[in-house]
Amino acid sequence: MSKGIAITGMGIISAIGNNVAENYDALINGKKGITRVDNIETIQREEIMVGEVKFTNDQFIAQLNLPPENNYSRTAMLGVIAAKEAIADAGITDIKKHKTGIISGTSVGGMDMTEKYYYEYLTDKETQKYIESHHAGDSTQKIAEQLGIEESLVTTISTACSSAANAIMLGARLIKSGKLDRVLVGGADCLSKFTINGFKTLMILSDTYNTPFDENRKGLNLGEAAAFLVLESDAVVKSENKRVLAYVKGYGNANDAFHQTASSDNGDGATLAMEKALKVAGLKPSEIDYINAHGTATGNNDLSEGRAILRIFGDDLPEFSSTKAYTGHTLAAAGAIEAVYSVLALQNNVIFPNLNFKTPMKEFSMIPQTELKKKELNTVLSNSLGFGGNCSAVLFSKEA
Amino acid sequence: MKKVYINSIASISPQKTFDNTIFLDEIIDYNDTVIFVQDPDYKQYIPPAAARRMAKGIKMGVVASKIAMNEAGIETVDAIITGTGMGCMIDSEKFVSAIIDNNEQYLTPTSFIQSTHNTVAGQIALGMECKAYNFTYVHSAISFESALLDAKMQLENEEAQHILVGGVEELGEHTTKVHRLINHIKPEAVTISEVLDSKTEGAVFSEGTNFFVVSNEKTNSCYAELVAVETFNTLQKEKVSEAIETFLKENNLKAADIDVVVFGNNGDVDFDGFYNQLSEGIFSKTQQVFYKHLVGENNTVSAFGVWLASKILKTQSIPKIVKINNVNPSKIKTVLCYNQYRGQNHSLVLLKK
Repeated sequence: MSKGIAITGMGIISAIGNNVAENYDALINGKKGITRVDNIETIQREEIMVGEVKFTNDQFIAQLNLPPENNYSRTAMLGVIAAKEAIADAGITDIKKHKTGIISGTSVGGMDMTEKYYYEYLTDKETQKYIESHHAGDSTQKIAEQLGIEESLVTTISTACSSAANAIMLGARLIKSGKLDRVLVGGADCLSKFTINGFKTLMILSDTYNTPFDENRKGLNLGEAAAFLVLESDAVVKSENKRVLAYVKGYGNANDAFHQTASSDNGDGATLAMEKALKVAGLKPSEIDYINAHGTATGNNDLSEGRAILRIFGDDLPEFSSTKAYTGHTLAAAGAIEAVYSVLALQNNVIFPNLNFKTPMKEFSMIPQTELKKKELNTVLSNSLGFGGNCSAVLFSKEA
Repeated sequence: MKKVYINSIASISPQKTFDNTIFLDEIIDYNDTVIFVQDPDYKQYIPPAAARRMAKGIKMGVVASKIAMNEAGIETVDAIITGTGMGCMIDSEKFVSAIIDNNEQYLTPTSFIQSTHNTVAGQIALGMECKAYNFTYVHSAISFESALLDAKMQLENEEAQHILVGGVEELGEHTTKVHRLINHIKPEAVTISEVLDSKTEGAVFSEGTNFFVVSNEKTNSCYAELVAVETFNTLQKEKVSEAIETFLKENNLKAADIDVVVFGNNGDVDFDGFYNQLSEGIFSKTQQVFYKHLVGENNTVSAFGVWLASKILKTQSIPKIVKINNVNPSKIKTVLCYNQYRGQNHSLVLLKK
């Protein structure tokens, strides 16, 4: 059984709160953050609901004290806010004291500015500063700059909706192998016309509140968010007598190899990812106390993931819920958002409800946890499944 | 810890590099600011109907991965890890422009589906029916090196035996147009012999892909041992030599032990100084080679540097066209690749015979 990697800090900004405390408050009080979209002008406004962070870009610029000539995408600004909270939460005052890296996940990157100024770039010199912030790595570079992380391992993963889960996985492996002493892992994605219209063409956007694992689910609500966790080596935790929030105990990554966007009927990829995570953690399915499911509320995901969960847990199914009804599907950031929620669940011994659930799916008798539930939790499994068949599972534990 | 070997290579680049039996024997000259790949016969590898549906990056990536798998003589792998700095630009541009041009109406999902960065790795997995670990790194000029580092860690720790690693980059017309505006692309056409001395800003942009099978056991086709990979998000010019010497020291080497150093010069007058200081400094007595005059600049072109280093180690020969100086070591045992892009995202890759 392998030892877990310590999580010593976390930060988050999502539709249900601008920091960890606000997110927790919304989670336990059943306050969802799903509304009409305000910050993006789109003709889809009346047809979709989103999980939007209500600050405008200008408000973020003021909050972060960025100079007027800055070229931050919204993804980068969300990322910086969550990353700074995580670093402060971990009590890190000297970032250079240990070998510190960043692994972030994003799928939108700087697309929000690209779609805004696509043709303006050709004629308006003022807008051209954003050309360089289009690529996915830019937001991560900016987070590193804001935190003063230099001459280090800073990289970005884009595996669609499993990106941040994979960032956590890579970070844990980098600490295990001694490449880094400390690593900030997570992800950031902002809302964009690109993703709104992309998912619209796939006909998987709900026109109302998303209802994970419900028979009558109509699709997902897109969301925007960022979350980061600080992982530290045993040596750092020991030498600085650090408070440990929880541990990354196991992780698994597999590819469904079924279809470019759809998941296989039996959830082969998700099953493999969960199996691997359990194996790395050295735990049996019966030792899992709660599953934070991917549960996007699309017809395809919830059926495929549900079947995969049943293949692993059978009759011994622990409580499970999807928190997407609160935040919407925050794409590449989802794995990090739900990692923060998993850690909060462990810390507070509480299972967050799967909101909006009414009717069990006809294919199986799985019923998510629909009310807030107090339960002694030692282990939480969090799934993240994405386009391109990318399936990931991360296992969090209270004890190393 | 297990040693890691590069057991096969595959390159589709602006030179005829898709055939592993030759080594830059015939050079294609260009006189341009943007250059495209020499296409292999894609039909040999993918059915024409499927090829037609694939964007350039997917097509190149799928075919290069097949060339690499064939040479390694294996059917499947324990992980597929790709790097792409810009992702699937062609489909991204198609979808963004359709959104704007048609005011968010009459859109179809194909280009959206193919626009995601992980499309190439996903398509390779689909084609191989490979349900293994599947990752895509998207961090500018170190996207490929991130993939390589990930693979190396898994192989050393015996979490995997064979891994397919690659980098792929395609050119989008609009992206090229806007990068001209901010002088990331050279203002005037240059031939391959003029690139380094062009004394102008920007680079010659290109498309291309390079794939490798890396394993923790040597096969007959083996090219080199992959000794170390390191990346730096930032590195001031004055600190590059020191960073390289520290990296070499960690691998029990000094600058003088390097037989060939592979530089990522692209002829950008603002940034070639990062390499020039090494040519005149710690590597002044070392055989120096470069390649971006032949294959242009893109976010994962540093994988071509690793391709070149692998070829040099296996064939023990250095094509004249890539030589910066003439030290001509009699035996080539150790090769170091150094790359950076616009002063950021530096990488070091160390290979041994």
